[in-house]
Amino acid sequence: MNGRTERFFNHAILVVFAVIAVFPMIGVLTQALQFPDLNFSNFADAWREGHFGTYMRNSIIVTLITVVVAAVLSIMAGYALGTMRFRGAGIVFLLFLAGLTIPTEAIVVPLYFDLRSVGLDNSYAGLILPQVAMSVAFGTFWMRAYFRSVPRSLLEAARIDGANGWTTLWRVLVPVGRPAILTMLLLTTMWTWNEFLLPLVIINSDEGLRTAPLGLSFFQGTHKTDYSLLMAGALIIAAPVVTAYVFLQRQFIAGMLSGAIKE
Amino acid sequence: MTTVARHKTRKSGGEAPAPRQARVESRPPGEPRRIGWLYVLPALLVYGAFLLWPLVRGAQFSLYDWDGLGTATWAGASNYTAIWSDPVLRGAFGHLLVLIVFYAVLPCCIAFLLVAVMSRSKIHGLAFFRTVLFLPQVVAMVAVAVAWRWVYSADGPVNTVLGWVHALGLPDWRRGWLGDFTFALPAVGIVGTWVGIGLAMVLFLAGVQRIPRELYEAARIDGAGAVREFFAVTLPALRRELAVALTLTTIMAIRNFDLIYNATEGGPGDATKVPAYEVYNRTFNTGEVGLGCAVGVTLAVLAFVVTAGIRRLVEGKDA
Repeated sequence: MNGRTERFFNHAILVVFAVIAVFPMIGVLTQALQFPDLNFSNFADAWREGHFGTYMRNSIIVTLITVVVAAVLSIMAGYALGTMRFRGAGIVFLLFLAGLTIPTEAIVVPLYFDLRSVGLDNSYAGLILPQVAMSVAFGTFWMRAYFRSVPRSLLEAARIDGANGWTTLWRVLVPVGRPAILTMLLLTTMWTWNEFLLPLVIINSDEGLRTAPLGLSFFQGTHKTDYSLLMAGALIIAAPVVTAYVFLQRQFIAGMLSGAIKE
Repeated sequence: MTTVARHKTRKSGGEAPAPRQARVESRPPGEPRRIGWLYVLPALLVYGAFLLWPLVRGAQFSLYDWDGLGTATWAGASNYTAIWSDPVLRGAFGHLLVLIVFYAVLPCCIAFLLVAVMSRSKIHGLAFFRTVLFLPQVVAMVAVAVAWRWVYSADGPVNTVLGWVHALGLPDWRRGWLGDFTFALPAVGIVGTWVGIGLAMVLFLAGVQRIPRELYEAARIDGAGAVREFFAVTLPALRRELAVALTLTTIMAIRNFDLIYNATEGGPGDATKVPAYEVYNRTFNTGEVGLGCAVGVTLAVLAFVVTAGIRRLVEGKDA
């Protein structure tokens, strides 16, 4: 093969698989819009009948608090594990590392019974605290890797300027580490927004607290085969993360693929 | 651990040549080592209370027979032996094996072969292809389930195409795919293949671009054919990417609750029951909380073994 046919062949493969990757999504879009009529009423109907206004609001509240709290805790823990030496640091890091592989399925049942016994089922706190814990495992791992990569000279310079450890972290290292932090924020946002099993179990009676994916699942239960309405609902709940992904795909991909590699 | 070792070598390397530098490297007065714990503690507390503790409690629950309401009775390891002796649970783990083929083995093999045969010439619009191929990874599984229920539905695109095939004189293969005892499991598996294949391709594409062209030229000068070139150059160079792709996709197969719950609810019959679904089903539908927890703990162990095992495999060959 000469260069030209080779290059054509490469692109042909990529085009085929790109089409396969978007095909169900395109189908969803055409169904929801009843293409080619371009009928937006499905979105209005789904929004109203599926109570997606309430569910999206719940998802925004839960995701925002989870991501911010998890980020602050991860930055602090990653800073200590990445730049300081103290007794037990190695074991603490291994503990966080182990958390990367623990599936929600393994903890959701005991979480349900224990949160119920302290009255935290059917509450924002019952959704937020476990998800902070899940996000912190990855966040600490991720931020530690960043803080380890910071040149020692930067830390020394800050110290010579009279900054203590706390000020160095928030005034010097965090601003410099914006790309790493952005990736972490995006990933934890996506995981929290898309989480399904935990809300399904924790929000078992108070319909008003359902998150968006949970809302779609129940919407599907009542509109089994009304696909154009269901597709509109699917688009509504997927849209925020997909939009963020389209603009910041580099950070998403780098973060998701790095989670499995221990450097 | 490598962490500690690396720190030490860096430090001693700094100390040896110039004593003055060593003083700068050393800890400033007034900052005790234990302050690290203050930074770690908040994260550790939340993590311990809402992730590690439930894991311990899950292991504890798994040793009892409990319906979630009454009193629990000690069961010893019987919930774990039930995973083997209960035909539905044994079947569920069998389904998991099948799904691992669809979720991990198939996407990685297909993507690897495709990327390997693609020439090393520059790809135009690589960023665009990466974005599109990776898209299924970021869509909520509930939405994916809804989309694929339509794809497989009676009037969906799969049956439409099979209708055309039928019109050409071939047998009528149309059916309700997710409601079919034979085809529901592979149908779910194909959704997993669809999600995983883009991830694998993105990983391998990135890896293959980093292989120095000289390696291929050297192989060709040595008279290596396409097959030899694949095993001598491409495969070793992409070993790490292959390990990452296999780990991520296998974990996806193990954590398969969302898709099963929303696409088939384990049906028809027990045809698509998987362990992740049984954790929920046994706890909340059949009142076997201990058994549900035993399945959950088994999944956690499985996820850990897969991650550690694949990593060991790759790093072992490295040495």
